[in-house]
Order: sequence, then C-alpha cells, then structure tokens
Amino acid sequence: MFSMDLLLGAVLLGVLLGCFYAAVSVGLSVSFGLLDVPHVAHPAFLVLASYGVYQLNESYDIDPLLAGLAITPLFFLFGLVAYRIYYETFERRGSDAGVRGIAFFFGIAFIIEVLIILQFGVDQRSVSATYIGKSWRFGEFRIPIRQLVAFAVALTLTALLAVYLSKTFMGRAIRAVAQDEEALRLMGANPVRIKQFAFGIATAVLGVAGALLIIVAPVEPTLDRAYIGRTFCVVVMAGLGSISGTLIAAIILGVAESIVLTMFGASWAPAISFAMLLAVLAVRPQGLLGR
Amino acid sequence: MKKTRHSIAFWAGVAVFLIAVLAMTQTVRNEYPFFAGYVILQFIALAVAWSILGGYAGYVNFGTNAFFGVGVYTAVALFKATGAPLVAQIAAAAVVGMALGFGVGLLTLRMRGIFFSIATIALAIIIETVVMNWRFVGGAAGIQLQRPPVMAPFDSYVKMLFFVQAVLAVTAVAIARYIQNSKIGRGLQALRDDELAAECTGVPTLKLKLVACMISGGLISAAGAPAAMYLQYADPSSAFNLSYSVSALAMALIGGTAHWIGPVLGAILLGSTQQLLAVTISSEVNVLVLGIMLVLFVVGAPKGIIGLLRPRYRLRAGGKP
Repeated sequence: MFSMDLLLGAVLLGVLLGCFYAAVSVGLSVSFGLLDVPHVAHPAFLVLASYGVYQLNESYDIDPLLAGLAITPLFFLFGLVAYRIYYETFERRGSDAGVRGIAFFFGIAFIIEVLIILQFGVDQRSVSATYIGKSWRFGEFRIPIRQLVAFAVALTLTALLAVYLSKTFMGRAIRAVAQDEEALRLMGANPVRIKQFAFGIATAVLGVAGALLIIVAPVEPTLDRAYIGRTFCVVVMAGLGSISGTLIAAIILGVAESIVLTMFGASWAPAISFAMLLAVLAVRPQGLLGR
Repeated sequence: MKKTRHSIAFWAGVAVFLIAVLAMTQTVRNEYPFFAGYVILQFIALAVAWSILGGYAGYVNFGTNAFFGVGVYTAVALFKATGAPLVAQIAAAAVVGMALGFGVGLLTLRMRGIFFSIATIALAIIIETVVMNWRFVGGAAGIQLQRPPVMAPFDSYVKMLFFVQAVLAVTAVAIARYIQNSKIGRGLQALRDDELAAECTGVPTLKLKLVACMISGGLISAAGAPAAMYLQYADPSSAFNLSYSVSALAMALIGGTAHWIGPVLGAILLGSTQQLLAVTISSEVNVLVLGIMLVLFVVGAPKGIIGLLRPRYRLRAGGKP
C-alpha cells in the first residue's frame, strides 16, 4: 500500500497542482487580500471564464490558452463594472456593508451558477487541444502534458502579477491603497479609481486561470463550490495580499490534496482545502506571510 | 404596560395559529396542503433562526445547510440506532446543532465577519464529506427510512409532521422575539453597528455572539430533524444542499432583519412563490428567481420588505431601542 515511489509521485503531482491553484487564487489575493472586498463570487467568475473558453474552443476551434487571453479584456471590463456596483452600493454608504456585501457576492455567484446551468446544462464540459490527452514519461512517473502546460502557464501568470505589483507604478499604487487609503487621498490620488483598476486586473487574470481550469480537468456548473474552499484557503494561508505567500500556500495545499488522494481515496478530497482553511483560521489567522 | 399588552397579543396569536393548524390537520382530507405547508413552515423556522445571528449580530452564516444536514443526520442516526421517537430526534438535533454552533463560533467569531462566513461554508463541506464516508447512515447513497405508526390525534404522518414543524417555527419566532427585546438583542445590535465601540462600553461581544450562534444553530438543526421522516429518505447531497443556505439568507434579508416579522414575511412570500414555481416551471428558474431577488433587495432595499412597508424600522435599526 504505502511506498516511497507512490509518495514521491504524489508530491510531484501536488507541486504541479499547487502552482495551478496559485493561478486561480492570485486574483482573489488582490481583490480580497489587498482590497478587502468579500469576493465570494471569485470562484464563480472563474468557472464562468472556463465556460467562455469552452465556447470559443467549441465553436471556433481556438486553442484554450489563446481563448483565455482573448476573454481577458472582457473580464477586465466585467471587473471594473462589478467593483463600481459594489463600491456605489456598499462601500460608499459604509454601515452594514459587511453583511450586505457578502450577501451580494453570494447572490451573484448563485446567479452565475444557475445561468451556466440554463445555458450549458449540468453535464461536464471539456476542451480539445493537441497537448490534452497525452502524457510524458518521467522516469517511473507518467505526467499528463496538460498538467505541465497548466503548471508552466500558472507559474508565469503568478510571477507576472507579482512583478506587476512590485515594479510598476500602478502596481505600487495598488499596494499603497491597500496599506493606507487615507494617505493616498491626501497625496491627491483617487483611491477608488485605483481600487477599481485593481479589481479589474484581479478579474482579468481569471480569463487565463479559467482556461487553465478547463485544461486541467473538465468543468461543471457547480465546480465553483469546491474552489471557494481552495481559493480562500490559499489566500488566507498565504497572508492576505501576499503574492509569494500565495504560491507557497497553494503548493502546500496541492501537495496535501495529492497525498490524501493517493492514500485515502477521492471521496475525502473535497474536504481537505476546507479543513486546512479552518485549521489556518484557528491557529494562524494572519497567514504564513501575514502583513 | 405597553410591553405586556404586546406580549399578550403575541401569545394569543401563537395560540390561535397553533389551534388553527391543529384544526386543519383534523378536518382537511387532501394531503398536498400539508406537504407544501410543511416546506413553508420549515423555511420560516430556518429564516428566523438564521436572522438571530445574521440579522441581529450581522454575522453572515453560509452554513445553514451544515446545521440543517446535521439535524437530519442526528435524527437518522438516532432513529436507526435506538428507534427513538420524533420528539427525541428533534431534541437531540437541537443539542448537536448548538454544540456545533459553539464550536464554529469559538473558532471564528473573534475575526471579521467574512472569515466566519467562509468558515461556515467550510463546515458544510467537511461534515458532508464525513457523512458521505459514514456507512452506518448509508454513506453517499443515502438511506431509506420506515416511518413508525402515527400518534393519536393525527390520521397521517405528514399531518403530524406539519404540526410539529409549526411548533418548531413558532418556537423559533418566540425565541427570536425574546432575544430582540432583551438585553442580548440590544447587545447584538450594538456590536453589529460598531463592534469596537460596543466592546469598549462593556458589551461582552464574544459571549453574545457565541450565544446567538448556538441558539441559531440549534434552531436550524431542530428544523432539519423531521426532514428525514418527511421524505422517508436521507442522502448527503440533498440534506446538505446549498439551496437551504441561499434560501434562509435570502428570505431573511428580503423580508428584513430589523424585526422578527421580516424573516417570517420573507419566508412566507418566497416559500409560497417557490412552491408555485417548482410546480409550474423548472427548479433552476426557481433558484434563479431567488438569487436575483436577493441581489435586487440587497442593492435596492437594504432594510427588506419591512423597511419598504414601514420606514419606522429604519430608525429602529439605526440604534434606538
């Protein structure tokens, strides 16, 4: 039953999986971690992006990664609009924003889920591309090429976002607004516009992340529920808003899931991210690299 | 004086309602009204129980389905192990629900509201996974249940369940009403408006939140306990269905959470609409309507139906006792 090879294989696959989790979580790391928006609809947006990619791939035979890039501008605009609505109705009015803001995003997530069911049905959907379905022999392990593609793209995406936030002017402005909104206002900048732009970026990233989601495995309309646990677990474990922390936390989650999957079977898999989330909240709520 | 008069009116209303329900079970032959009515009463209990924490204290519980499912499976496990009567099943479910509320509250109620919300989603998934792997209660495939013979004044089990759920709904309302008018309710409202200020003026915020979370959880689990006997069947994916969470939250927020009547109105209105829609159109559209109504109300009418009907509650919610 237990063997070193099996464990090694599980860890290897877990690292690949973890980088993929980082890619689907970095958007939340910006919107929830930096901007403090209770964005429980993030995984629903992610699944929506996957269905967008599926549609493009199905009707025009576009490569899923290109399709993901193609819907990115659309998602950027979508993010701008979503934040504007959220800001105008909740943040600006202040009081009671907590309850209603959370309920708002929860409602949006549910609406997206049902609309996808009405449009595409409840069946699983997948994309076709040359690199899907093949695998690569690596010593004794077989690694599906789709996992490797997702790994490479996810790592690039996360790294690009980290560089963007630390090196560019706008990226630094976003981190500044997270640190002290009032100071930014006193410097003559408009914090709301910066936050709106940041939320747009966080949502745009989901275009590519959604492509990865459907490359790694088929998607179904209610998949967002499992990803609520994974994305929030990663972002909270990382320490809110830390991009490097996001990568580390995502790899920890990926490895943990992969090991449990190998040792105990698939029926326990959905609970792992949620259990880790609860454990982190109980033991170290500020996360690994908390600010 | 005025308060006692209100109390007399309330308890008279309760008595009239329960007598009417009992009379209905004795006179109406057709079972369908009881089937449909049970669901609406269950939603009243869930929405009112949800608003004890979500409305008064402002902590959004996404895990109504966790507490509900725990209620269902406590009843199932107890029934299968000992054949205990319905009342014992409900009591056990309430106790387990309270313990669960205490546990999750202790873990997360110290933190900002969003962490509690996410933790409650987590709770639902974890418990559902555990139940799926628990052979004794049927695992993922579910379990068939044989209803015991019905008791004296009732001639069918569904009618009895209808009456029992009416009692549970009334209990939830009475407890919510008591909390709203008591020191606990005022403390909860204070901490909802400004937790730091409440803490500084000596409101024992964590203790109050824990009490609210326990009561809310216990009531939700109790309302879920008869569901197994109602369906004569239980399986994890329907007992822990997320739609219970959305319904409870939406009904409470749409009705308005400043007063206990809000969730009751919301549950009656949405519950009966749902019953109609479920018969006439598909269940997906049904859920879609619920989601859209929730978003519209949260954006456009923050105080819910009671806020629209009586602007006075806007003032009350603003802080005046």
